[in-house]
Amino acid sequence: MSSVLWIPLLTPIVVAALSALTNWPPLRRLAGVIVSVIVLLSGVTLVIAVTQGQVPTSAGGTLRADALSAYMLTVVGAVGLVSNWGGLKERGADDGKNSGQYAALISLFLGAMSLAVLADNLGAMWVAIEATTIATAFLVGHHRTRRSLEAAWKYVILGSVGIAIAFLGIVLFYAASIEAGTPTLSWVELGNNYLALDPTFVKIAGALAVLGFATKAGLAPMHSWLPDAHSQAPAPVSGLMSGVLLSVALYAILRIQSITDAVLGVEFMRTLLSIGGLLSLAIAAALLIRQRDYKRMLAYSSIEHMGVMALGAAVGPAALPAVLLYMLGHGLIKASLFVIAGRILTVEGTSRIADVRSLLTRRPGLAVLWLIGMAALLGFPPFSIFFSTVDIILAGWASGMAVVMAVALVLMLIIFAGLTRLTASMLFGSAGNDPADSIGSDSPSTDSSSHGPRLPLVLAFVVTAVIAFISTPIGTLLAAATAALAGTQ
Amino acid sequence: MSEILYAQLIAVGAGALLLTSVLMVWRHSVLASIRLLATQGVALAFLVAVMGIHEAEAELLAVSILVLALKGVALPWVLARNSATIGSTGDSSRLNPTAALMSVVLLTTLAYVVSWPLVGTATDPAEHAVPIGIAMVLIGFLLLVTRRRARSQLIGFLLLDNGIAAVAFLISGGVSVLLELGVSLDLLVVVVILHVFTGRMRSKFGQTDVDQLRELHD
Repeated sequence: MSSVLWIPLLTPIVVAALSALTNWPPLRRLAGVIVSVIVLLSGVTLVIAVTQGQVPTSAGGTLRADALSAYMLTVVGAVGLVSNWGGLKERGADDGKNSGQYAALISLFLGAMSLAVLADNLGAMWVAIEATTIATAFLVGHHRTRRSLEAAWKYVILGSVGIAIAFLGIVLFYAASIEAGTPTLSWVELGNNYLALDPTFVKIAGALAVLGFATKAGLAPMHSWLPDAHSQAPAPVSGLMSGVLLSVALYAILRIQSITDAVLGVEFMRTLLSIGGLLSLAIAAALLIRQRDYKRMLAYSSIEHMGVMALGAAVGPAALPAVLLYMLGHGLIKASLFVIAGRILTVEGTSRIADVRSLLTRRPGLAVLWLIGMAALLGFPPFSIFFSTVDIILAGWASGMAVVMAVALVLMLIIFAGLTRLTASMLFGSAGNDPADSIGSDSPSTDSSSHGPRLPLVLAFVVTAVIAFISTPIGTLLAAATAALAGTQ
Repeated sequence: MSEILYAQLIAVGAGALLLTSVLMVWRHSVLASIRLLATQGVALAFLVAVMGIHEAEAELLAVSILVLALKGVALPWVLARNSATIGSTGDSSRLNPTAALMSVVLLTTLAYVVSWPLVGTATDPAEHAVPIGIAMVLIGFLLLVTRRRARSQLIGFLLLDNGIAAVAFLISGGVSVLLELGVSLDLLVVVVILHVFTGRMRSKFGQTDVDQLRELHD
């Protein structure tokens, strides 16, 4: 079973090499889909192994799949599949010589995220998360416009500085383990209480590591690169970055939290994550109300959702199953929405909300998908984001964070109102304002095409809608993942 | 190696690190900064080699060669490429030299204050040099936020990274060689990527002033 650990790491490298070196259009076109499917299948295989009580390890324990890692790998694969499949261009619509580079980088991006969630070593995880920055740098700058260049520059500088700070934290963890007599970077060992780690070291190390990884997770106040990068990248890349890369960074924070909780108790990290979560919600609320660009709107909504997840992480084990479910639900929905946003951008030629009006009558094919996606994102039941949010708030209330949760609830309501208004103005609005628009709409040419594959989006919506009701494999898996973090597995 | 000699060599290495950092803030010429960065890389490699000899660890000596190759040679070489074509290599800072040097003094003091709980009670001379590494990190931040040219920001980032590497070596004798290799490779690729972006910026904007980067906002 431990050989399965290598499949999601080696396949991306092989596919990347093949698509960079050989000029075979189908491979270049489908590289992202192929790698996502492989990652998803490996994830599901590992989940099955984990639910049977195994913990596959390899490479002397550096690779390890407990329930949490297996679940995260599945999320990476699933969100990757939705983004890449949904973002498939029509055959022959390739953009020439860049398509090889694009295919190679997106494969490496998926491989790096797989390594990040499978490594039981803070250093290897750090290298993998830094590798995601490297792989996505050129993907963000893929369109080679002034704006995408600006976004890519800010993204790489801020991302690298943040991740460098996280490295400082990891080094301090290592130093603490040396003082305790067992040099190690494995979180399984660091999180065990029998290593008497120096609390002063762990406190500084934990704060630095969380600050660094929070930069990658898009938590305020280190979020400023996120709206730029996520709005300028091509649609599948935005979907992957918003949908799953942020969650992978949050996963790193959860692993760090498992160490600091064991040494310092829960209060330390709870304070840090509550501040980060509330700030993220506040910033998202302030900037969503007057947002003018629908891709940036989705990016700020990611900051909001990461904020809620951070609050859930702050609550601790009681809310963790909800946080993990949130990662999957938000990932699938956000990836779908970015894919749809990419299609709207292609057919409408603008990403300004004010220029996209009455979509529901003009382009029902896209508008219905957008409406379902936004409803799920806003937190309407039966989509899983609703249940996750409610669970997090109730768990927070029960564990003495009532004030934090009350503030969060108010901010979420503001965001809800803002997003609803923006979505409504895109979907309904008055069509007659724009003369160019009325020329298009006087003929009965309502465009009901979905401008790309519809199936991945429908699958994503269906999965998000039903997953919260499946208790036997999903509920037990999430409970096992929470237990893995608490070090009881 | 006697303990006194060891302590002195560590002090020399750490002093060179701090001196090069301060000079980088003082000099505004990009080329001079790149040379200082190379010197700093050599000083860092020297520091690691001294620790390796003192603790008789072959692994640390291997790491010191890696550091020398990467931070002393490869990264400065990448940065210095095409600098002849830039023409004017000066950079304007948002701070005047006096204010910048005053900030360096304050940041170095701050570094000593914040790292005291970590290393105040240590007996190893290497751990006593940790505040220097923290000071380099803070000075790197200062360069990153006050310099206007893309390439100077890149130099600030590398200074920050050197500081983190210095702390890593001084406090824990470095992490394993394999990991060190991965970290170095990541850093090298990031610098190459940023270098490519700098080139694209020059061809798109005509210059590399990061103040140009303000199209994206809310």
